[in-house]
Amino acid sequence: MFGPTARTVQDQLVERRVRVGLGLVTAVLVLPVVLILGVLVVKGGPMISMEFLFSDPTNGMTEGGIFPALIGTVWLVGFALLFSVPVGIAAALYLSEYAPDNWVTRAINLAIINLAGVPSIVHALFGLGAFVLFAGFGTSILAASLTLAVMTLPVVIVATRESLQAVPMEFREACWSMGATRWQTIWRIVLPNSITGILTGVILEVSRTAGETAPIMFTGAAFFLPFLPESVWDQTMAMSLHLFVVSTQVPDVPEALPYGVALVMILMVLTMNALSIGFRMWLRGRRKW
Amino acid sequence: MVKLSVRDLRITYGEGPSEKVALSGVNLDIHEHEIFGIIGPANSGKTSFLRAINRMDEFTLGMDVRGSVKLDGTEVRDWANVYALRRRIGVVFPLPVGLPMSVYDNVALSPRLRGVRKRSVLDEKVEQCLTRAALWDEVKDRLGTLGSLLSGGQQQRLTIARALSQEPDLLLLDEFSIAVDPVTTMRIEDVLVDLKQDMTIVLVTNLVQQARRLADRTAFFLMGECVEIAETEELFTGEVKDPRTRDYVDGRFG
Repeated sequence: MFGPTARTVQDQLVERRVRVGLGLVTAVLVLPVVLILGVLVVKGGPMISMEFLFSDPTNGMTEGGIFPALIGTVWLVGFALLFSVPVGIAAALYLSEYAPDNWVTRAINLAIINLAGVPSIVHALFGLGAFVLFAGFGTSILAASLTLAVMTLPVVIVATRESLQAVPMEFREACWSMGATRWQTIWRIVLPNSITGILTGVILEVSRTAGETAPIMFTGAAFFLPFLPESVWDQTMAMSLHLFVVSTQVPDVPEALPYGVALVMILMVLTMNALSIGFRMWLRGRRKW
Repeated sequence: MVKLSVRDLRITYGEGPSEKVALSGVNLDIHEHEIFGIIGPANSGKTSFLRAINRMDEFTLGMDVRGSVKLDGTEVRDWANVYALRRRIGVVFPLPVGLPMSVYDNVALSPRLRGVRKRSVLDEKVEQCLTRAALWDEVKDRLGTLGSLLSGGQQQRLTIARALSQEPDLLLLDEFSIAVDPVTTMRIEDVLVDLKQDMTIVLVTNLVQQARRLADRTAFFLMGECVEIAETEELFTGEVKDPRTRDYVDGRFG
């Protein structure tokens, strides 16, 4: 009486096929990631040494290390974050917690989404026009970081706004009904409950900022500059541009060198991600959630 | 003394052709130190009424309040500082809202918003409010646990403790027992009777008998209209002006 019917047998079959099908697609997706990492480790792994990390490129960039590029990327990403994180979070707070729901707000939201879709080479030209020439910063770390910041702002804004909106409305209303201002509510209820999501947005931004090449090419990154930057007015080498240069622009580069540069870039991003995941876990533990 | 005076109150949602009238033509006076019950089926405008009192309509898009609501003789619309108004009015929502912070922080929130920092003052306040809300004995050993991890009934008492920490002179309860077991409901009801000494209570309830147990006077709302206001016993046993009131309190509809 309760045995399988033709219908349930059919359902079970479909269920199995869907499960296997979705699983296969996922496996196919994982494949490139594994291949990229594998190739990089195999081909670039032997390059990695203290000398590679901590010395200047020599002999027309065919030998030596990547230290100036490594430090340059740290400068660029650091300053880009310094601009984009506060501005992005502030904008997201306004849009999510203060802005009235009208056509102006909707237009701003649309603009942010469009900003995220602008190709990075266009951002590069914007940065060249706005920061290098108009603002008179010249080709410098400052101009390059600002260009990167403008480009990655939407990532921070969207991630922040979404984690703010994931905080239930009842929490806000309960707080407001006690006579808390919007800012008090944000500070005591909304931000503590969305900080992990906001951090995720920042991590995404770090990864993207570190890898961008086009926006810094015109605005502050140098082809070959074996000195460490001393201020934001200096130009600098950067990992992403260096990888482009040693892969395509310089003759007689040993095959392993570009792979080594790429591997270090990936490791930088992974380390950054690991650090922020650790930080998030620490935050969560502290809040006894 | 009249605590809250309401005249020609009309509340609508939306604009133009989609406008929906939630409440209209409400006139009533709520006296100091009374429990004023409001009964009526769903969608009769009870919650909208409460929201108009502490200007929570400002949080709801499209909600429009007309008419006069006076607290201690002053129009609530005219309070220049809405936060000062809301700090005087405690609100308990239908579903308990344990804020995602510790039990202690939940109750200390309101004093902290007012700038109280001293630990000893906060400690005393937290204990006092939790005791009055009949929750102290159950949570005194775990004040550090997250408020939202308490059981539903405990969270509702936590909400009441939080409202009390505002030292309100007006307490608004919106169907507080909807997510609470009967035993806890009885405990909270006892608490409310005690609180009457210190404040005025407006009790919106979907339980007709709860209004009968607690309220000094009761209003019957139906489909956006205040049908009747009377001494509670009068409403339940005596003459009523409108037959719909009798039908509702006797459970013949609703």
